[in-house]
Amino acid sequence: MTSPAAYPQSATPAMGERRLSQLDALEAESILVIREIAAELERPVLLFSGGKDSVVMLHLAAKAFWPAPIPFPVLHVDTGHNFPEVLAYRDETVERLGLRLEVASVQDYIDDGRLRERADGTRNPLQTQPLLDAIAEHRFDGVFGGGRRDEEKARAKERIVSLRDEFGQWDPKNQRPELWNLFNPRHRPGEHVRVFPISNWTELDVWRYIEREDIPLAPLYYAHEREVFRRDGMWLAVGPYSQPRDDETVETRLVRYRTVGDMSCTGAVESSASTNAEIVLEVAASTLTERGATRADDRISEAAMEDRKKEGYF
Amino acid sequence: MATTITATTLTAAAPGATTAPVQPTLLRLATAGSVDDGKSTLVGRLLHDTKSVMSDQIAAVERVSRDRGLTGADLALLTDGLRAEREQGITIDVAYRYFATATRSFVLADCPGHVQYTRNTVTGSSTADVVVLLVDARKGVLEQTRRHLAVTALLRVPHVVVAVNKIDLVDFSQEVFDRVEAEVQAVARDLGVEDAIAIPVSALDGDNIAERSDRTPWYAGPSLLELLESIPSSEDPAHEAFRMPVQLVIRPQGAALDPSHVDYRGYAGQVASGVVRVGDEVVALPSGRRTTVVGIDLGERTLEEAFAPQSVTLRLADEIDISRGDVIAAAADAPAPTQDIEAVVCWLGDAPLRPGQRLLLKHGAKTVQAFARTIDGVLDLDDLGAVPADSLSLNDIGRVTLRLAAPVPVEDYAVSRRGGAFLLIDGHDGRTVAAGMVGASLRTLDPAPTRPEGDEEWDI
Repeated sequence: MTSPAAYPQSATPAMGERRLSQLDALEAESILVIREIAAELERPVLLFSGGKDSVVMLHLAAKAFWPAPIPFPVLHVDTGHNFPEVLAYRDETVERLGLRLEVASVQDYIDDGRLRERADGTRNPLQTQPLLDAIAEHRFDGVFGGGRRDEEKARAKERIVSLRDEFGQWDPKNQRPELWNLFNPRHRPGEHVRVFPISNWTELDVWRYIEREDIPLAPLYYAHEREVFRRDGMWLAVGPYSQPRDDETVETRLVRYRTVGDMSCTGAVESSASTNAEIVLEVAASTLTERGATRADDRISEAAMEDRKKEGYF
Repeated sequence: MATTITATTLTAAAPGATTAPVQPTLLRLATAGSVDDGKSTLVGRLLHDTKSVMSDQIAAVERVSRDRGLTGADLALLTDGLRAEREQGITIDVAYRYFATATRSFVLADCPGHVQYTRNTVTGSSTADVVVLLVDARKGVLEQTRRHLAVTALLRVPHVVVAVNKIDLVDFSQEVFDRVEAEVQAVARDLGVEDAIAIPVSALDGDNIAERSDRTPWYAGPSLLELLESIPSSEDPAHEAFRMPVQLVIRPQGAALDPSHVDYRGYAGQVASGVVRVGDEVVALPSGRRTTVVGIDLGERTLEEAFAPQSVTLRLADEIDISRGDVIAAAADAPAPTQDIEAVVCWLGDAPLRPGQRLLLKHGAKTVQAFARTIDGVLDLDDLGAVPADSLSLNDIGRVTLRLAAPVPVEDYAVSRRGGAFLLIDGHDGRTVAAGMVGASLRTLDPAPTRPEGDEEWDI
């Protein structure tokens, strides 16, 4: 009674056995989700920042509809503090895939007074209003985002298809049950759903998939020399939106970015990884989460992400 | 996150490697168990012992634990992600967690034990390959343990692991473990779960979680993680009949990315069960038209065969009428579409279900109007019997007879989890109000109807 029988079969598929590898299983699930939302909703849109997660999502969408083009536009909420090389990459990718790009500009909102710059200079929380306005203006009813549940504790509670009320708010205590692989994006007029096709992917899965599929990325994900200064335990790039204070010294270091956000609050990590294969090894060995390592805005409080998400953030 | 994947494994898995690649597989598991049996601690322990918790996350947990006056790090804080959960010290909603070993990646649905336990356990169990049921060694099988196990049995989760937890608090007693295991196995057998495996563990201290503990020398079985690594993730699809609900018809015409594809016509979907090969004869349901598979595409790649759960696009020999929601099935072994369904539903709506109520039913990629003809009983999870009822309330599990506005090729849930599962949706506000299983029952109750679910209106 105290020695349970071991399972006779190995969990590792033998040659010729029909069992999907983990990456193939994740890919199949993501394509299922993307197709289902495109079929059920009238006006979906995909949030595309030029970052690795949104690029993987676009790559999956291209596979889902091949040889037809991706049947929805992409939306970028531009904080105005983006890395110029990421914006260039965004435009190249849109061109390469023949997509229509909509841009919601935080800078416009600041210029005409609808939003005010925060004391800490970060513009990430300011993205919510332009995002919700763009959703309302274009009457988008389904918004694909590249959020992953392994990123953060509040995201771990998020459904793959997640309802937003007419104010764009997320109610984490009253979420729809998500059963089997039957996704239900139905909603009342004025509401919309956020859809996270790569919910079940981890950072390492994303990198292994980028390597396997040879997906082109923005260059700052790979090791390069950059002028940086140390702040809050992170290397911040010297640029128009992030200048060292008097007590911070500028150094040239070999760095890369694990996440791509605002220049003002996204930290680089010291790294010599210059290929996808080297990055896979680096990520596998990392002892810090990507957000912990690189995002100043997520350190504000334990519930920073939950609070932003409730208001309608990505 | 998967820090235990070694460089060697990754190198071996790299494309172009000459040795047979070790491809990690994916296992989906769900936790269940009564309140305070230590689920969040167990999940925290699994994450911690597989080194899936990063140092900044540990630092945050230690900081908060200290702030609360605890002496050690409360691993439950790793999983309780919402402000309200931390405030109340309880888990409110299903949380998804990820951890990995060298051979396997795990998606874990951490299901809370008390608030809306039916909804949460049904949700977690619906996608799970394995349920890990926690039982407190001091308390044995409680009412909630029994109910969770019943839901797991109803949802036909393929494997059940019973973690007899807090074994440290009973002095690692073999006698206590044997007693609790016998008790759990008796309930499991009543529910038709034959292969439940019990392990003595201490989630708090890590005994028999990742490594076998020397404090339970009388226990000769695997640690929890060893067991989870060895459980087969899915049945071999070759043993199942081929089914694929059509999500989309892909017909690029003038918009084709390449001019050679202007006449492309393909049927996109996820293989729900079985295997399909180029050259196979298939039937489109509900039309009953037959044709042959001439091509299988996965993005730009052309495949010779596809199997569950791959998402692919099928090209067919004839331009027959197939639209979204139809099912493409093996011609030799196709389900009969029906407009009348007997099913077990887990009712998740705030307002009760009453006979005559109109709803939407979603099965595969098809959504049809439905109405509840009769409510045939509600399951009493304590004595596992059905009692008459004239309505189903929130979290009730009951038998219903539904009439559909159009024929749908459902299958018995006992035969196919994918082919027998459906949602009931409130057509007004779009909410999911029930999880449904065609013909399903607890295995000890009356067997599901075995007569073919043919319909007089079904005509090939």
